Amino acid sequence: MATYTLMRSSLGLLHGLKCSFKSVGQIPYTGVLTQSKVLQNARCYSVSHLSVQERIEKKRKAALTGGGQLRIAAQHKRGKLTARERLELLLDPDSFVEYDMFVEHRCSDFGMEADHNKYPGDSVVTGQGRINGRLVYVFSQDFTVFGGSLSGAHAQKVCKIMDQAMMVGAPVIGLNDSGGARIQEGVESLAGYADIFLRNVMASGVVPQISLIMGPCAGGAVYSPALTDFTFMVKDTSYLFITGPDVVKSVTNEDVTQEELGGAKTHTTVSGVAHRAFENDIDALLNLRDFFNFLPLSNKDPAPVTECHDPRDRLVPGLDTIVPFESTKAYDMLDIVHGIVDEREFFEIMPNYAKNIVVGFARMNGRTVGIVGNQPKVASGCLDINSSVKGARFVRFCDAFNIPIITFVDVPGFLPGTAQEYGGIIRHGAKLLYAFAEATVPKITVITRKAYGGAYDVMSSKHLRGDVNYAWPSAEVAVMGAKGAVQIIFRGKENQAEAEAEYVEKFANPFPAAVRGFVDDIIQPSTTRKRICRDLEVLASKKQTNPWKKHANIPL
Amino acid sequence: MQRCGVIICRYSTVYDPNEKTFDKILIANRGEIACRVIKTCKKMGIKTVAVHSDVDSSAVHVKMADEAVCVGPAPTSKSYLNMDAIMNAIKQTGAQAVHPGYGFLSENKEFAKRLEAEGVTFIGPDTHAIQAMGDKIESKLIAKAAKVNTIPGFDGVVKDAEEAVKIAGEIGYPVMIKASAGGGGKGMRIAWNDEETREGFRFSSQEAASSFGDDRLLIEKFIDNPRHIEIQVLADKHGNALWLNERECSIQRRNQKVVEEAPSTFLDPDTRRAMGEQAVSLAKAVKYSSAGTVEFLVDTKKNFYFLEMNTRLQVEHPITECITGLDLVQQMILIAKGYKLQQKQSDIPINGWAIESRVYAEDPYKSFGLPSIGRLSQYQEPLDLPNVRVDSGIQEGSDISIYYDPMISKLVTYGKTREEALKKMEEALDNYVIRGVTHNIPLLREIIVHPRFVSGDISTKFLPEVYPDGFKGHMLTAGERRELLATAAALYVAAQLRSQKFLGDLRVSIVPAESRQWELCVELDQGVHMLGVSRSGNNYTVEIDGEKVEVSGEWNLASALLPITINGKHRNLQFKLRVLSKLAAYLSKHMPEKIPEDTSSILRSPMPGSVVAVSVKPGDNVAEGQEICVIEAMKMQNSMTAAKTAKVKSVHCKAGDTVGEGDLLVELE
Repeated sequence: MATYTLMRSSLGLLHGLKCSFKSVGQIPYTGVLTQSKVLQNARCYSVSHLSVQERIEKKRKAALTGGGQLRIAAQHKRGKLTARERLELLLDPDSFVEYDMFVEHRCSDFGMEADHNKYPGDSVVTGQGRINGRLVYVFSQDFTVFGGSLSGAHAQKVCKIMDQAMMVGAPVIGLNDSGGARIQEGVESLAGYADIFLRNVMASGVVPQISLIMGPCAGGAVYSPALTDFTFMVKDTSYLFITGPDVVKSVTNEDVTQEELGGAKTHTTVSGVAHRAFENDIDALLNLRDFFNFLPLSNKDPAPVTECHDPRDRLVPGLDTIVPFESTKAYDMLDIVHGIVDEREFFEIMPNYAKNIVVGFARMNGRTVGIVGNQPKVASGCLDINSSVKGARFVRFCDAFNIPIITFVDVPGFLPGTAQEYGGIIRHGAKLLYAFAEATVPKITVITRKAYGGAYDVMSSKHLRGDVNYAWPSAEVAVMGAKGAVQIIFRGKENQAEAEAEYVEKFANPFPAAVRGFVDDIIQPSTTRKRICRDLEVLASKKQTNPWKKHANIPL
Repeated sequence: MQRCGVIICRYSTVYDPNEKTFDKILIANRGEIACRVIKTCKKMGIKTVAVHSDVDSSAVHVKMADEAVCVGPAPTSKSYLNMDAIMNAIKQTGAQAVHPGYGFLSENKEFAKRLEAEGVTFIGPDTHAIQAMGDKIESKLIAKAAKVNTIPGFDGVVKDAEEAVKIAGEIGYPVMIKASAGGGGKGMRIAWNDEETREGFRFSSQEAASSFGDDRLLIEKFIDNPRHIEIQVLADKHGNALWLNERECSIQRRNQKVVEEAPSTFLDPDTRRAMGEQAVSLAKAVKYSSAGTVEFLVDTKKNFYFLEMNTRLQVEHPITECITGLDLVQQMILIAKGYKLQQKQSDIPINGWAIESRVYAEDPYKSFGLPSIGRLSQYQEPLDLPNVRVDSGIQEGSDISIYYDPMISKLVTYGKTREEALKKMEEALDNYVIRGVTHNIPLLREIIVHPRFVSGDISTKFLPEVYPDGFKGHMLTAGERRELLATAAALYVAAQLRSQKFLGDLRVSIVPAESRQWELCVELDQGVHMLGVSRSGNNYTVEIDGEKVEVSGEWNLASALLPITINGKHRNLQFKLRVLSKLAAYLSKHMPEKIPEDTSSILRSPMPGSVVAVSVKPGDNVAEGQEICVIEAMKMQNSMTAAKTAKVKSVHCKAGDTVGEGDLLVELE
């Protein structure tokens, strides 16, 4: 028997395959979707002479068509899928259980009471279903019904599934595609938003909440995604802003396009509002399925553990040479992360924002972990305002949902300068410090090279209750770099170079920290994966609680 | 430490650590050849000293050697070519001899002279031979005198482009312009007319200047469609010389060898002997000692012409070692110490067949290989296979940088017959895992199974003849396509099923999708295929166009190589496929087309390298095909031209800049 060997792509099994499966021509599909085709003119009916059974059927059929074929075609033409198509892709086949299909809006002003202005289910599809077998609550706004605008009924439907998600303990995923408030309903619409906001806040830290922006999301509507744990966007077809370009022009006289103001690129690179952007609807939804597998269902569940084929004791020889000899030279922290985690699979969060810190999810021996690492390749890996906030929010998510945190440290310190000081680096830097300090999940720290000054303390140090802190032989734990230190210690001394050499000899190595027990061991880099997997097994039963408090007061 | 693998296919040589040679040898080289030399030194009980540039400080050769000395920064001119620093390293470590490897200082007579002056042994021929053979003009004259067949041509230095055109006219086109000091295909251009002669002269002299610091050029008749066959010679300091048979090195791209084999399918014993004897008489004529190689061009009628003599160990020496059982490095060391050759000509066998593939970090889809750089994120040599030898100087985590040759390794396979060696090569290439850099394995894999190669019908024009429009990758047969699709589909389903497997106690139970059947769409080469998959245990039945393919395997999704059984047999392919559920594929028609960047107005660097010259500035008008700038990478100069006639909008590089692949160089309006 001969063998067939197949090369596996380096970044996850068949992963790259998902993006942009462009125009594949005619794929005949005869699933649930085609039901809607028979309903071309389903909305023109009279109810009077029909039996209840027939009326149920008619309403159900109407609900499946949303705003009708013309609007569906228009939605498709924009390169967007319908609310139901999206759910079908997101959830396991035949797992969707729909709620409130018969709910209709209750507005009677401006001719809204007319039959042709009533759509069973209104402008949102809600319910629960399964992703890889695991329970999730979902809502998917239907742009084909009044532009997905939020009516009182719409909000009520969303609130219902959120309430149940909280009681059951399962995540909520919102697929946002809405023009905003239902103007005809006035204050009722506003009330609806607030009802959702409140539930977003109540659910925060109880069940994971994910928003995927798949169309416009403007005005007050933006605050629901902003309150959720993760906001993802679809490139070119989604926008998030408080006010659109027209209002911006009239108020500040700035000329700006929708894309520049609130497109996926803006929010994933400049503002940091969104955590990641995907090529198109399909790419986004399939990636969301993968992402979902990293998360526990609620704060009562441990981090999920999946079947793992990557040996837990695998050595990573490439790590022994990755840190350059010259401490001024950069390397890519992602190389370390990819080498250590299961199957080189790393779901990076905010890959294009504050790139001097790397955060994201991966697995170690099948168990979800949160990875935080300074990125020496960008701004030497220093901590600044944006990277501190990015890191802090990620650490707090992991802590809230029982996900162990692995921190790779190569940090020369906080970024100096007026821009940073005026911007409040003190306040923002404190967030990261605060987040690491309050976290009670297993915390494993690896110092790969520099751990200087206050930034050393911040980066999940032993002093902030790090459970296992390792140093690589290349680690330098010190108050500052040799040059700066020598200028202070040996001020006025003739031979600065000699003093510098003395300082390097004394401090530019892992020993000062190791002799004091601030690092638990100095390890060979190639054994890092093995060590971390073993530690995680032990720390799985870690119990640690913070003092009782109403809530803590993180420096916002 | 152990990663630099030289698993020699059967050396019959005896290593006697008590045989007095040297206590300590310095290897003035890097990469695989440095590792190769160290390996033999260790067997002979000799201590080794590695030299390295600062970026190479954790390289494999440095770790293998007993001592290592840094000789300067990354650029070769400041480190591996830095004679002062290397001489210091020798003094500092007390090395008694120096092995120069190939390239760098291996054929530098100055270096050999300086060693001699310091009383350090140069493991190679003496300066006289290096000088005589290193100069193409002088070597040709000596060869003529030694009654070696030579190519008609101009026996002098060509002064300028116009003289080149005049001489070319006298010899008759086509002509070859090459660097007098050259080697390895650098500074070499072929011209078929006056225009090409002028252009070739310019490029060659620039390249020669940057590669060898000597821009002298010569011109000779270009033998069209020849084979490149070379004879390995071994000569001692007592006037004895042997020829160790030939190596066929006809598979070349841009005059650089890609696949070599020993022996050649083309030579009959008489031709082999004639070539061998001429090679030996040339070696004797220059009082050659050490290992050397006499290169010949062989035309279709088995006429052979002396090309040049390389006074060093060749890259492709392992195949000779495989068929003769000699360790050439050991022989060089013994000869350098003054030992007499132990063997007689009649002792030199041709045992079996050996093939060498040069595995490069380069993109084979761009002119059969433009350099690529990066970090080897995953690297696994097929050393678990018998009769496979891999000479490499890198390991997982190593960087392939712009500073040095992009060769990753030399993959050598051996068999009793050529067929056996080829089969083994196929298997070895299929089991080679390289991630992080683009590599040429797809091309190597195609060459060694190509009917023309398999039948031995090759010449130095093999690649351009077989792939006139450039290498496009493997063309799948219908059967292979089916199997590939089936494997992709089965793999997709295996991965999907695994992602539903959650371990541990679960508060909310899992309701897995109850499928036993999957309908999938797989995209391959622009085509979309509909597949049905059903599963029982680890066995998948995939239905494609009414035909059923059985796929079974262990489905270890973490492994880079996945052994799978398909209806029985088969092999390894690397293809980009996309697998989607039928639903996702159906909905894909609604997805917006992303507009690709208009590349005609943008000039990007096709490879990492440094900018030698920029010939335009913003506002200039350029014509289509006009040179915009010149990029040098791995000592090859590449002229970048305008894709259309336009005005230059902006220039993003300047001479001396280091650029990465895909970096924006110039924008046109």
